[in-house]
Amino acid sequence: MALIQEIDYGTPARMAETLVTLEIDGRPVTVPRGTSVMRAAVDAGIPVPKLCATDNMEAFGSCRLCLVEIEGRRGTPASCTTLAEPGMQVRTQTPRIARLRRGVMELYISDHPLDCLTCAANGDCELQDMAGVVGLREVRYGYEGKNHLQAPKDESNPYFTFEASKCIVCSRCVRACEEVQGTFALTIQGRGFDSKVASGPTNFLDSECVSCGACVQACPTATLMDKTVIAKGQPEHSVVTTCAYCGVGCAFKAEMQGGEVVRMMPYKDGKANHGHSCVKGRFAWGYATHKDRITKPMIRAKITDAWREVTWEEAINYAAGEFKRIQAKYGRDSVGGITSSRCTNEETYLVQKLIRAAFGNNNVDTCARVCHSPTGYGLKTTFGTSAGTQDFDSVDDSDVIMVIGANPTDAHPVFASRMKKRLREGAHLIVVDPRRIDLVKSPHVHADYHLPLLPGANVAVINAMAHVIVTEGLVDEGFVRERCDAEAFEQWRKFIAEERNSPEATEPFTAVPAADLRAAARLFATGGNGAIYYGLGVTEHSQGSTMVMGMANLAMLTGNLGKRGVGVNPLRGQNNVQGACDMGSFPHEFSGYRHVSDEGARKLFQDAWQVPLQDEPGLRISNMLDAACEGTFKGMYIEGEDIVQSDPNTQHVTAGMGAMECVVVQDLFLNETASYAHVFFPGSSFLEKDGTFTNAERRISRVRKAIPPVAGMADWEITQALSNALGYPMNYRHPSEIMAEIARLTPSFAGVTYEKIDELGSIQWPCNAQAPEGTPVMHIGGFVRGKGRFMITEFVPTEERTTGRFPLILTTGRILTQYNVGAQTARTQNNVWHAEDLLEIHPFDAENRGIREGDRVSLTSRAGETTLHARISERVQPGVVYTTFHHGFTGANVVTTEFEDWATGCPEYKVTAVQVSLARKMSEWQEHYLETRKQTTQIESALSGQILTGAAGD
Amino acid sequence: MVHRANQIALFFAGYPHDEAVAGVTDHLKKFWERRMREQIVAYVAQGGQGLHELAFEAVKRLQSGAAAAVK
Repeated sequence: MALIQEIDYGTPARMAETLVTLEIDGRPVTVPRGTSVMRAAVDAGIPVPKLCATDNMEAFGSCRLCLVEIEGRRGTPASCTTLAEPGMQVRTQTPRIARLRRGVMELYISDHPLDCLTCAANGDCELQDMAGVVGLREVRYGYEGKNHLQAPKDESNPYFTFEASKCIVCSRCVRACEEVQGTFALTIQGRGFDSKVASGPTNFLDSECVSCGACVQACPTATLMDKTVIAKGQPEHSVVTTCAYCGVGCAFKAEMQGGEVVRMMPYKDGKANHGHSCVKGRFAWGYATHKDRITKPMIRAKITDAWREVTWEEAINYAAGEFKRIQAKYGRDSVGGITSSRCTNEETYLVQKLIRAAFGNNNVDTCARVCHSPTGYGLKTTFGTSAGTQDFDSVDDSDVIMVIGANPTDAHPVFASRMKKRLREGAHLIVVDPRRIDLVKSPHVHADYHLPLLPGANVAVINAMAHVIVTEGLVDEGFVRERCDAEAFEQWRKFIAEERNSPEATEPFTAVPAADLRAAARLFATGGNGAIYYGLGVTEHSQGSTMVMGMANLAMLTGNLGKRGVGVNPLRGQNNVQGACDMGSFPHEFSGYRHVSDEGARKLFQDAWQVPLQDEPGLRISNMLDAACEGTFKGMYIEGEDIVQSDPNTQHVTAGMGAMECVVVQDLFLNETASYAHVFFPGSSFLEKDGTFTNAERRISRVRKAIPPVAGMADWEITQALSNALGYPMNYRHPSEIMAEIARLTPSFAGVTYEKIDELGSIQWPCNAQAPEGTPVMHIGGFVRGKGRFMITEFVPTEERTTGRFPLILTTGRILTQYNVGAQTARTQNNVWHAEDLLEIHPFDAENRGIREGDRVSLTSRAGETTLHARISERVQPGVVYTTFHHGFTGANVVTTEFEDWATGCPEYKVTAVQVSLARKMSEWQEHYLETRKQTTQIESALSGQILTGAAGD
Repeated sequence: MVHRANQIALFFAGYPHDEAVAGVTDHLKKFWERRMREQIVAYVAQGGQGLHELAFEAVKRLQSGAAAAVK
C-alpha cells in the first residue's frame, strides 16, 4: 500500500464533443474544445509548474508560474487561462520561461519562512516542490525587507490552522470556498502588499466558514493545515473508503501512518463527491478512537446490575442461550431484531438472515423505518422501484430545482454544494419548507419561491401545485399518454382538478399564499428540466407515503422522469439507508423488495439458506415495542441503532425495552438503548471493517478496512458467531462472500462483485445482464412497473392539532456539525459549534412568553416534557418551534408522539403540538435520564471487582 | 390499532368503494403481522366500534379470506 496521490490537471475537464489537436513540446495531443493548455499538457504527460491552479476550480491566472510560449503569439501567456486551439504549437520549457519562473519563485520565497525542515507541510508542499522544479538556488532580494513573516496565526478552528506568514495569496482557498463549497466565507482583503486572506472580522471559528476542508485541501503551502498532520506528521499510505455519515456517501482516502489515521481526504475519483467533503466526513472521525469506545463484550442479568466484562465466547453463548430460552418459553415469534442504516450492506443482510433463518421469524426491521420507509412505499407504488431516480451528477442539467422538506446545506452538505453551483449557473429554485433554510437566501443563491407551509400541510401543497398544472393546461400530455397508466391518470385528473385542491381553497390551512404557489407550479411545469429533492420533512408525517406519491404524480405530470436533470430524489439521512432497505431488512420483504408471501422469492431463499421461511410479514419496530408492552415479545438483537434516543415517544420505547428479558446491543458506545440491554457486543467503526454502503443515488461503494477492529471482531463476524451459537451455521470468510450471496439472490444486484466495484470505483444498481455497469438514471423509456401509476392523494390532516394547552407546532431537524443521535459527532470537537440542542422560537412567540435569548425553556407535549435553551429566530414562523435531536440529554423525542405514516409506520416527528414556557430546572425525565446513564455506565472491573461508574463515559 | 386501520382506510377512501376495500385488505395482509391481524379481527368480531367503514369491511374480508385458507 502506498500513499495515493491523484494527478492534478490544473484546470477542470471539459465535456465538449468537438476535439482539438495541438502540439506541446513536440508531442501531439487531442483534447475536448475548451480545455486549457495546462490540462492538455498534463494529458500529454508534461506537467507545467503551477501554484494558483488546481483542477477542481476554474483557472485564475495569478501566480505567473505556468507561463508558456506559443508559436506565432507574442509574450508568455499563462497556460491555465489559455485554451487549446487546433494546430497550436506550445513550448513549456525555454530559457526565457525558465528565467521568468525562477524570478517569480524568487519573489514568493523572499517573503516566506524558510523553516521547511520543521514545517508541517514538509513533503507535501507545492511551494517547496515548485522551488525545486524551477531550480531556485538563491533569493537575491534577501529576507530583511518588508515582509509578512510575523503575521498572526489563527488556531481558532478545532481542526485546522491558518498560518498567515506562509500564505502566498494565490486565492486557491478563497476560490475553493466560492466555487467548490459555495459558502463565500473567505476573501482577499487589502491591495498590493497588504493583500491577505480574511475569513471575516475576527477568526475562522467565528466566521461564516463551515469547515468543509476545501480551503485546506486547496492550499499549496502550509498556511491552511490539518492539526492532525501538525501533530503526527505526513501519512505514508492511503486506504480508499466511504464516509459513514450522511446518504451522500462521499469517497475518502483514509491517510495513515501504520495503524493510525492521520487525515481523511476526500477522494477525487469518488463519483458521489468528486473530491469534496463536509466537516463531518473530513474532520469528525475522532470518535473511532474515543475513550468511550467499549472494547470488551459485557453481560448483566438485570438492567439495574453493573456490566460484567466477559470473553466473546461467553457473551455470544449467553445471548444465544437467552434467545433460545425465550423462544422455548414464549414461542418462536417472541424475539426479533433491528439493523441499522449505519451498518454495511453485508452486515444488514446477515442480521436479517439471522432473524429469518436462525430465529425462524420475520421480526426484523431497520431504522429506515423511522426515516425513509415512505419513500420505498411511495416510489414502488408509482414507479415500481423503491429508490430515487437519478444520480447526483444529474443536477448539473436541472433548470428548476424544487427542494421539499430537506435542508441540504446542513444534512447533505456535499450535494448541497453541487446544487448551489448549479443554482449559481442560473437554475431556478423553489423551496417548500416551514422554516427559512439557508438555501432560501445565501450568497449568490436565492429561492425564486419559498413556500413556507405549516407543518403537516405537505400533501395539500403538492396537490395544489398539481391542480394548477392540470387546470391551466400545463400537463406534459405526450409523456403521460406514452408512459403512464391511462385509467389511473384519468381517475386522478378528475380528483386533482376539483376546486377544493386549488391553491386558493387550501391556503387557509397551508398558509402558503395562493399566488406564490401558482407561480411556483407554473415555473416547475414550464421552466425546463424540473428536479425534486426531498428529505425527512416529506416522509416523517402521518401522510409521508401519500406525499411521496404526490411528488411522483407531479414528476410524471410534467414529464420530469427518465432523463438527466429531472426526477424524484430522496436525500437519505444516513449513509446506508438505501442499502438497508435493499438488503431485506423490512419485516415484509426479502432483499430486492420481494414480499415474503411471494412463493418464488421465498423458495429461492429457502433453497439457498436450507431452512423453511415464514410467508407472513413480521413486526415493525413500533409493533415490536407494542408487543413487548403487551408481554408477547421478549428479546431483541439490535445492531448499530439507538432506538431509545431516535424513536418517537421515548416513554413508550423505554416501557417496551424495559419489559424484555434479553436485549442485545451491538454498538461502538454504551448508547441510550444500552441502558436497557443485558448483553453488549462491542461493534466496529467504518474504519475497522470491509463491506459496502449504498448511497442516496443507489451507488454501491466499498468500505475498506484501514485498521483492525478495536474489540477484535468486525460486526459481520459477531452476527455470524451469534447465528452459529443459535444453531444456524454461517461460514463466510470475508464480506465479499456475503455480497456474492446477495448477488445470487437479488436480481438488481446480480452483476455486483467486489472486483467490479474495485474496477469501476462504484456501481449504481440495478446492475445485471441488462446494465452490467449499473444504472445512473432510472426509468428511461419506461417505468420499472411498466406504466407509471398516478395515485389519488387525498389530503388528510394529521390528528396532531394545536390546542389551547399546546398552541405551538414543534418540528425537528438536523444541524451541519452534528449527526443523528450524536453518537459519533458528539464525541468530536464538532461540539464547539453545537454543544447542545436549542429551541428556535419566533420573536413574537418568545415575547408573548417572556422568553429571552438563551433562557432555559420547558418544551411540553401530551407525550412528555423536556427542557432546553431558547434561540430566538425569524427562521421559524410564528406558531412553529424547531429543534434538533442530536444530544441524549435534550430528549427531543420525549415530546414527539405515537402518530405515524399510515402506510409504513414512519413516525410523525415533524408535527407535535407543544407549549413552551420558561423553566427554572431540568425536567423530571432529564433527572431520570442522568440517573439511568450513571447506571448504564457502571462496569465491574475484571481485575478488582470494583464498580467503576462512568467508566465507559457518557 | 383502530387508529392505524382508520388511517389506512382514509388513504384508500379516495378510490371507488370496491377498489378501496380491496386496497385496505391488501395493505393489512401485506404489512400487518399475524398478531396484529388477529387483534383487529377479534375487535371486529366484538362490533368493531370506531372503525372506518372501509377498514371494517376490509377486516371482514380478511377474516373470510383466512377462514377460506383454513378450509
